[in-house]
Amino acid sequence: MSAASKEPFLIGRAMTGGYGKSGPDILHDCTIAVDPGEIAVIVGPNGAGKSTAMKALFGMLDLRQGSVHLDGVDITALSPQERVVQGMGFVPQTHNIFTSMTVEENLEMGAFIRRDDFSDTMAQVYDLFPILKDKRNQPAGELSGGQRQQVAVGRALMTQPKVLMLDEPTAGVSPIVMDELFDRIIEVARTGLPVLMVEQNARQALEIADKGYVLVTGANAHTGTGQDLLADPDVRQSFLGG
Amino acid sequence: MDFLNAIVALSNFVLIPAIAYGSQLALGALGVTLIYGILRFSNFAHGDTMAFGTMVTVLFTWLFQGWGISFGPLPTALLALPIGIAITGLLVLGTDRVVYRFYRRQKAAPVVFVIVSIGVMFILNGLVRFIIGPEDQRFADGARFLISARDFKQWSGLNEGLALKSSQAITVVVAVLVVALLFWFLNRTRTGKSMRAYSDNEDLALLSGIDPERVVMVTWLIVAALATVAGVLYGLDKSFKPFTYFQLLLPIFASAIVGGLGNPLGAIAGGFVIAFSEVLVTYPLKKILGYLMPDSLQPDGLVQLLSTDYKFAVSFVLLVIVLLFRPTGLFKGKSV
Repeated sequence: MSAASKEPFLIGRAMTGGYGKSGPDILHDCTIAVDPGEIAVIVGPNGAGKSTAMKALFGMLDLRQGSVHLDGVDITALSPQERVVQGMGFVPQTHNIFTSMTVEENLEMGAFIRRDDFSDTMAQVYDLFPILKDKRNQPAGELSGGQRQQVAVGRALMTQPKVLMLDEPTAGVSPIVMDELFDRIIEVARTGLPVLMVEQNARQALEIADKGYVLVTGANAHTGTGQDLLADPDVRQSFLGG
Repeated sequence: MDFLNAIVALSNFVLIPAIAYGSQLALGALGVTLIYGILRFSNFAHGDTMAFGTMVTVLFTWLFQGWGISFGPLPTALLALPIGIAITGLLVLGTDRVVYRFYRRQKAAPVVFVIVSIGVMFILNGLVRFIIGPEDQRFADGARFLISARDFKQWSGLNEGLALKSSQAITVVVAVLVVALLFWFLNRTRTGKSMRAYSDNEDLALLSGIDPERVVMVTWLIVAALATVAGVLYGLDKSFKPFTYFQLLLPIFASAIVGGLGNPLGAIAGGFVIAFSEVLVTYPLKKILGYLMPDSLQPDGLVQLLSTDYKFAVSFVLLVIVLLFRPTGLFKGKSV
């Protein structure tokens, strides 16, 4: 995908750190990167630090070592809010919508930092998730799990981010809804937007991944294309269940 | 005829006073519920914020009256009201800057905020008494009645009179305007929506780039306006006495909780539920029943369920009942 000599679009390089100033290290020399047009997936057993790695990229924990670069700019010292302004779109795993507000208001709040006319972006989000257009005036808290995830992703897209990060977008949804969400995520990635996600459903996620990171105890265990990892006997053995 | 007399008596002694009182409680409860929803604590200083706003308005009303300025048939206090709101706005922003912001930065627990607000309450309490004194102050002027009981009797030929005080009519009109404006602001403007978003999900609001300090500032200003309007309307309808405003805290909190804390619609509904129950339970119904029942069934006593001295008990009984059966209030609020 990207030229080997060129720096990836978003990269957290050799990240080491944990929560709080004095908390124990959860990540150890962990590197995660994603380029435009790609879907990069972080998988691994429970407690491997998948979500932590993503939060580190987003500035939600203190890095003791390593750096985060977005589009060639060092953003290691920025707060999460500042990273949103720099072009990072982040969808948390839980509490990722405003439940008492309508679908449309959720999207408007996603575009809060924009002072220009964002009706085009909203139309694009509705094209991507047609069901949201039908339910635009319903409180988001009344929607089904899969629809709520679509609202959450749509909200993050409203800033027109340069990179989209999803923390377990399919947690708690049915397999059919999961397939549909993955289809939508592929569509998003095809527009050229780099997508980085953490996933529990490792096999399905690796199938759509251009790049996969297998983390074990906060360190990179295996890295490769999704297909390579699915074929790797070590990876299959250790946590894909044979 | 008897039936009409009963309706008129009921309107005169129960419905109209309860609607006016309910509007005043609703405006007060809206302030409490906004603070709860956005700053996430129960503001015990709210009653005294109302007293402060009313005091400023009363002082300027007297000043205007001294200058010979009047508002025709309307009370001069309505002219002084914007000044009262502005100065109360400065006061609450000052308190936030000096007191609450410190605890916000510490990320103090809600119970700490509640205790801090009790401290602010005592200070305001003293400040108001120091400036205007603890006595009853009357500041209503203009036309006293929109419809007087005698005119109504002559016009209708009924035994019962129906009086509509101008303060009651003004209360309802102003309350409707203020509530409409508030809901328009919360539901239609960018800043209002960001306040709802912040109340709904603080972390996600921060991720969306909503500035919490700005949300807090706007909230305080709205709360100052609501508190001053509620206090002035109550003062016009009855009279202004600092201790009464401190006591109003109880029915106001009951209204906000019964309606569902953090839910503005609930605060309004709660205000009317509390007001109607209070007035209905403490009013002697003998007169109304007298018109409706045959002579043989006439009640002997006054049919006053509770003495007016116990009116605050009504709020508390309702509060307990609602908390037992619907802990988040009649409307969906946040659980306490």
